Amino acid sequence: MKLNPYRPEDDGQPPSLFPPYASTVARSPRHAPIRIPQTLTEITGPAAPWSRLMGPAIADLTRQHAGEPIGQRIVIAGRVLDEDRRPVPDTVMEIWQCNAAGRYIHVKDQWDAPIDPNFTGAGRVITDAEGAYRFTTVRPGAYPWGNHKNAWRPSHIHLSLLGPGFATRLVTQLYFPDDPLIEIDAIANAVPPAARARMVARFDIATTQANFALGYLFDVILRGRQATPFEDHHG
Amino acid sequence: MGEGNPLGCEQPAARLDNQAEASFGQTPWQTVGPFFHYGLPWKGGADLVGTTEIGARPELFPAAHYVLGAPVPKGDVPGERIAITGRVLDAAGAPVPDAMVEIWQADTAGVYASAADPRGAAAGDGGFTGFGRCSTSNDGEFRFSTIRPGRVPGPGNSLQAPHVAVGVFGRGVLKRLVTRLYFAGDPANEEDPILALVPAGRRETLMARLVEGGAWRFDIHLQGEAETVFFDF
Repeated sequence: MKLNPYRPEDDGQPPSLFPPYASTVARSPRHAPIRIPQTLTEITGPAAPWSRLMGPAIADLTRQHAGEPIGQRIVIAGRVLDEDRRPVPDTVMEIWQCNAAGRYIHVKDQWDAPIDPNFTGAGRVITDAEGAYRFTTVRPGAYPWGNHKNAWRPSHIHLSLLGPGFATRLVTQLYFPDDPLIEIDAIANAVPPAARARMVARFDIATTQANFALGYLFDVILRGRQATPFEDHHG
Repeated sequence: MGEGNPLGCEQPAARLDNQAEASFGQTPWQTVGPFFHYGLPWKGGADLVGTTEIGARPELFPAAHYVLGAPVPKGDVPGERIAITGRVLDAAGAPVPDAMVEIWQADTAGVYASAADPRGAAAGDGGFTGFGRCSTSNDGEFRFSTIRPGRVPGPGNSLQAPHVAVGVFGRGVLKRLVTRLYFAGDPANEEDPILALVPAGRRETLMARLVEGGAWRFDIHLQGEAETVFFDF
């Protein structure tokens, strides 16, 4: 059986323990992870059609309720690629975020900012044959959190991808350019400095839809394949 | 830069961002945070064989904001029905109520419902998907309804013992923690090539135990004396 394993995580990934993000201290292992070879288990992964697994695509987060949500309407577009810049087609990206005021539709979010009855903040898109995706939403607000004194999260959109294999799973956060909160955010700063910019979308006038929504570009790069497939001598 | 500028005016050098060649590389992991429940765990996500709604926590947000989809009929999935239950626990042994667990497993014949498994066909027209997702309760509990997987080929000529790949996410978990669930007492565990890489004294953390009613108990200790073995690949 021929297996074509994925490359290891690169040096742009955060550690599990990052004390400035206080919740990691009691929730990160103290043993180093044990390195194992990738087997069929790690190389395979859940498959399309995604509507049969988790539900239909939701590419417009501004049209889920009776009225339009309050906030700056934006479009996020980009491609899902691997480390060799090969498109990852027909893969699912799940999306969730707070509203324009920085409030999540969640009973545990007790921050005193308004809830928007017309905004849930959950979506789901499937990449096309070129790995491209696009969704419409409103720009999420910043919000305070209890990590340290006067801590604020920068505006961000959570993105969750499965990719082609169990090994390619990725959950990340998309940040916005020129947000002064990024450089003082304990979660963004868990990522080594050289890789932090990978999480910052680019404003793009060509993606911006005239008289409708500001456009931002954001490509997601999943783990690529090892250069050469190896022959796995299974009978 | 002038290209994107409708005025054609000269601009200072751009700051590094997602589109910059100099920053190209794997997109970094970030935590799911505490508020993922209306965005990730769909109803039925933890039921791989039936149409119950386990996996989601719709009580954490207004019903009008549940948009993720309904349980999907799975057809007649062959294999031994099992439940997998457990808790996600932190360094102090306290339950983690804002965690999420995902599982990935083969079917009863040891075949994955994935195009990347050269022996099988992807689960295009329903049937067993092999993938599940469950958010933890206020007590840190998760529960999956599934089948006991068959044996899957391993490296070389080896055969892996029946196992379930497990991913753990949560507030305070910056990147997914990956472990494996094995079935205590299965003689195949003795020859499993992955278990063989785990120091004997820690293998116990990977063993689910049969409890009442056919449920397999698998607690995940993120840290502490009984810290679960996590893998990197």
